[in-house]
Order: sequence, then C-alpha cells, then structure tokens
Amino acid sequence: MVNWTAEEKQLITSTWGKVNVTDCGAEALARLLIVYPWTQRFFASFGNLSSPTAVIGNPMVRAHGKKVLTSFGEAVKNLDNIKKCFAQLSKLHCDKLHVDPENFRLLGDILIIVLASNFRKDFTPACQAAWQKMVRVVAHALAHEYH
Amino acid sequence: MLTAEDKKLVQQVWEKVSGHQEDVGAETLERMFAAYPSTKTYFPHFDLHHGSDQIRGHGKKVVAALGTAVKNLDNLSQALSELSNLHAYNLRVDPVNFKLLAQCLQVVLAVHLGKDYTPQIHSAVDKFMSAVASVLAEKYR
Repeated sequence: MVNWTAEEKQLITSTWGKVNVTDCGAEALARLLIVYPWTQRFFASFGNLSSPTAVIGNPMVRAHGKKVLTSFGEAVKNLDNIKKCFAQLSKLHCDKLHVDPENFRLLGDILIIVLASNFRKDFTPACQAAWQKMVRVVAHALAHEYH
Repeated sequence: MLTAEDKKLVQQVWEKVSGHQEDVGAETLERMFAAYPSTKTYFPHFDLHHGSDQIRGHGKKVVAALGTAVKNLDNLSQALSELSNLHAYNLRVDPVNFKLLAQCLQVVLAVHLGKDYTPQIHSAVDKFMSAVASVLAEKYR
C-alpha cells in the first residue's frame, strides 16, 4: 500500500484536473519515441516515425498517446489501489506486449517534463515531487505482475 | 552521440538561460532534494531550506560547470577532466544520481521555456546530460 499524504493527493488530483488528456498523451508518447528512439521497437505498425516531425504528426501516435494517458487517469482516480487497478494491464504488458518495465519509467519522466512545460511555474517543486512519486508507483504497479 | 544539430540546440538553450543561471541551478537542486530525498545524503553539511545560500552557491557552481561543458561539446572528456577526477576520487557520488539531477534540470528548463522546450531540444539536452554523466563517471573504476 502506498502512503500518500493529503498534500500529495491534492497536488496530483488538482494537476490532473487541468490536464488535456488527448494533447498531453500525444505529446508524452511522441517525446518518448523521439528522445528514446529505441522505444519505437514496440510501434513497428505505426508507419512513419522517421523524424521528430513525422512522430509528432503521426495520427496513430496521437491516438495511442491518448489511450495511454487515459489509463493513467484511472490511477489518479484510484490512488489507494493502483496495483489492483493495473493488475490486468500489467499482465497484458508482460504476456502480450512484452514491454521492458524500464519503458514505464522512461515514459513517466517524460510525462513530468510535459507537465512542466504546460504548467510552468504552477508545476512547483512540491508538485513535481508528488508526481515523480506517482509515476514511480504507476511504473511499479505495471511491472508488478511480470514473471 | 551528439549530432551537430544537437550541439546547436544545446547551445541555443544555454543562451536562453544565461542570465538566470543562479536561479536555474538553485531550482534544479531544490527540485532534486524534494523529488529524490536520497540525494540529500550527499549534503548533510548543507542548510537545505528553500532559498538557502548554500543551495544557491552550489547550484551556481553546477550550472557554471555545465556551461563549460556546453562550450566544449567537441571535447567533453578533456574539458571536464578535473571534475571527473573530483567525482571519482573525492565526491564519489553514485552515478544514478546524475540522471536524477538531469531530470530536474530538464524540468526547470521546461518550466522556464514552456512550449519552446520542444521535443527536439528535449532530446538534445537529454543526450547532452547523458554525455556529461558518462564523462563524470569515467574514472570511477
């Protein structure tokens, strides 16, 4: 069980309330594929990922980014139960998708930078600290059912 | 490896923060201590409160060193040789912490530049910080 302080919960949920899941998700996934190009290995069917411009404009990247971040939102709604909430997704990522959990950490750090660039001064050190914990917990939960 | 384009982008970004270097340094460290409490173990002798002179002073030092790196992107190993020695033989900071500092620096740059912290710049800075970390850890063993 993760221990969240009241302040951490407040920081996480209030930030999330301002997030445009479609845009933020698209941006986070695009940046993952651009900054860590080896992550493209999971997206061979996505078509043109040959340049930053291609990645950013790729409609499959946008759609998938939205899907990923929407799932993330479930964690925000279930802060006291994230492992349980993501048990199925964890099995999927292990058994079907064969994704190295390191990628969850990479995406988490990228998401933080996207939040920072969108919310700027509002993304205070305390806010970042709560979110770094959040992405760490989510990554851990997604890796939990791996075998 | 840093391409010519990466180097250009890193230099551009550094230009944008010249003049705010002390703030960037202090904020990076503050964020690092808040988000990654284990990093505080290297500073038991510091006053770690918000706005502390020691944090400002140390932040300034760190950013100045990165500035040196930015000016010497073609020979990082040579330019950072002293710092590399310092980290290997005196400070012996575990290299995982370089990634934590890099993450916080990127957050500060993103806060500062907003939309101007483009994916291309993000990528170039990430590669740059990774290269600096490699050099700093070069002589560890």
